[in-house]
Amino acid sequence: MSQPMPSAQPTGARTIQRQMSDRKIVLWFILPTIILLIVMNIFPLIYSLYLSFTNYSVIADKPPEWIGIQNYTSILSDKNFWAAFATTGRYALLTVILQTVIGFGLALLLRNKFKGSGLVTTLILIPMMLSPIVVATFWKLIFNPSYGIFNYLLGYTNINTAPEWLGDPDRVLWAIIIVDVWMWSPFVMLLCLAGLSAIPEYLYEAAAIDRAGTWFQFRRITLPQVMPLLLIAVLFRTIEAFKQFDLVYGLTGGGPGDLTETVSIRLYRLAFAGQLNTGLSSALAYIVLIIIIAVSNLYIRSLNRARGG
Amino acid sequence: MATQTQTSPAPVPAVNYSTRVDKVGWRPQALSLTRAIAAVIIAIIMLIPVIWMAMTAFKPLKDAVSVPPIVFFTPSMEGFVNLMTQQRQVNGEELTQLRARTDLNWADQVALSQQRAIIGQSQFPKQLFNSLVIAGASTLISVVFAVLAAYAFSRFDVPGKDDLLFFILSQRMLPAVVVTVPIFLMYRQVGLYDTHLGMILLYTSFNLSFAVWLLKGFIDEIPKEYEEAALVDGYTRLQAFRKIVLPQSITGIAATTVFSFIFSWNEFAFALMLTQDKARTAPPSIPLILGSGGVEWSTIAAGSLAFLIPVVIVTFALRKHLLRGVTFGAIRKG
Repeated sequence: MSQPMPSAQPTGARTIQRQMSDRKIVLWFILPTIILLIVMNIFPLIYSLYLSFTNYSVIADKPPEWIGIQNYTSILSDKNFWAAFATTGRYALLTVILQTVIGFGLALLLRNKFKGSGLVTTLILIPMMLSPIVVATFWKLIFNPSYGIFNYLLGYTNINTAPEWLGDPDRVLWAIIIVDVWMWSPFVMLLCLAGLSAIPEYLYEAAAIDRAGTWFQFRRITLPQVMPLLLIAVLFRTIEAFKQFDLVYGLTGGGPGDLTETVSIRLYRLAFAGQLNTGLSSALAYIVLIIIIAVSNLYIRSLNRARGG
Repeated sequence: MATQTQTSPAPVPAVNYSTRVDKVGWRPQALSLTRAIAAVIIAIIMLIPVIWMAMTAFKPLKDAVSVPPIVFFTPSMEGFVNLMTQQRQVNGEELTQLRARTDLNWADQVALSQQRAIIGQSQFPKQLFNSLVIAGASTLISVVFAVLAAYAFSRFDVPGKDDLLFFILSQRMLPAVVVTVPIFLMYRQVGLYDTHLGMILLYTSFNLSFAVWLLKGFIDEIPKEYEEAALVDGYTRLQAFRKIVLPQSITGIAATTVFSFIFSWNEFAFALMLTQDKARTAPPSIPLILGSGGVEWSTIAAGSLAFLIPVVIVTFALRKHLLRGVTFGAIRKG
């Protein structure tokens, strides 16, 4: 830190008092953020850690009753929990794979500028900026078996034989996946575009002079160069897919039955709908939290690496 | 073209020296044309759902649910009128009376064409207003706090800096449902449940983590030398911050403001679980819009459209900063 030159500094007790020291500035500048985050996030998390070891319901008049790890054992031995977990896993895996392939493909299409390519890129990016619950709402209209356009665009013109996307047990998870992929492939595209535009041209030129084929160029130049950013995109989407709540809530609410009940939806049902089992839902929340923190750790690390590189 | 050659002394041949050896000839050119066409087609396909929703918003109620779906229709404001107003059915004599009147405004007439009379405002304008207030206030507070913190993190050796930054960003990763249970209990205890203040505080804390990272990226880019020169000239740190750093980071502040606003504006899960009526924002209400005659898709689409238009406009305004925004400022240049 460079200090002001002595000659330029008027002396006097008042000026010295008015001049905050750097350490004080750091303290006063950071404190509001840290305090707010502690009050709004850390404190509630500590409180819910306590509740996760208790038998408690928000609507009951009884105070929380300590029951040890019973909540955790009952969750881990509950097959509904594992079913929700498997649904979430399948959902996350499929959405992330599809988004990666489509997003990367779109980026390859848009990497070379053409007239209006900026506009096209921005138009493609619109879905990811929209509110997920509103997206879910109008996709419900689009999926509607009788007056929705989805089936018509796919070529099903007879409404009696057309699939009912949100009611058919075999298709309902796919319906949500389609919406998620529609919304978030642009995100992967955006990161891949950034990666692609950073590849130095001379690499391709050198490869062309060596008569390297397109596939070879893609595998040996494009892919490794885009990889760091692609990894960030994939990790971020994995975290988000694991947390997915809005889209599922809006499209199916976890139904039909609990076929599309992801962990977040299960947690919501446990905590707020019907049972209001606060202790048990806090325990489930903690299990989710640990998984999210583990993946976020990887994610932030790779962000930091990208920042440094 | 002709006028240009007149003014310039010698016509310069338009040779692009960056043209790559392997990009000359008709094949690469045909390929890039194909790519461009494919990209445009995909963009159109991707926008179909949004366009369909916008169209539905202007369809008369019965056209919105016609089987098979129709593309051409006479635009109508039924959806918007039903969205904004409460109505009641009118029949028989009253209907003929109303029809005879000539002093009705256009909204009344739209309602009348569906045999209804407007009796007041619906909940939706209020919810939209709540969204605006809550998103606006939380954005303002989080950006102010974040500028300060980002500056400190960018310029000083804060003890445990990396851990603190990690801690701040990790707050952003928490799933809403996980945090809501304890916050719900806390809010009920202190009377913040279903209040504007409660939602503002919550959104502020969630935006803050993101805003600190994004702004730190922008402030990192301002050369330190500017401030150092100012300090030499006798500025205090605070003066240097106010007169040098703040004006220099105005783009970053603007981008952060808009991103924070969109996040709060779009947020659904917290609003669903922590508000009921008084502070309820638009997102949890839109799926529940029914209209006065059951599920009216024109009305729902009108609500969605009214809610999405600001976001679409902002997306265009932000297009240069989208990458930065969605990666928390880590990746700067595309």
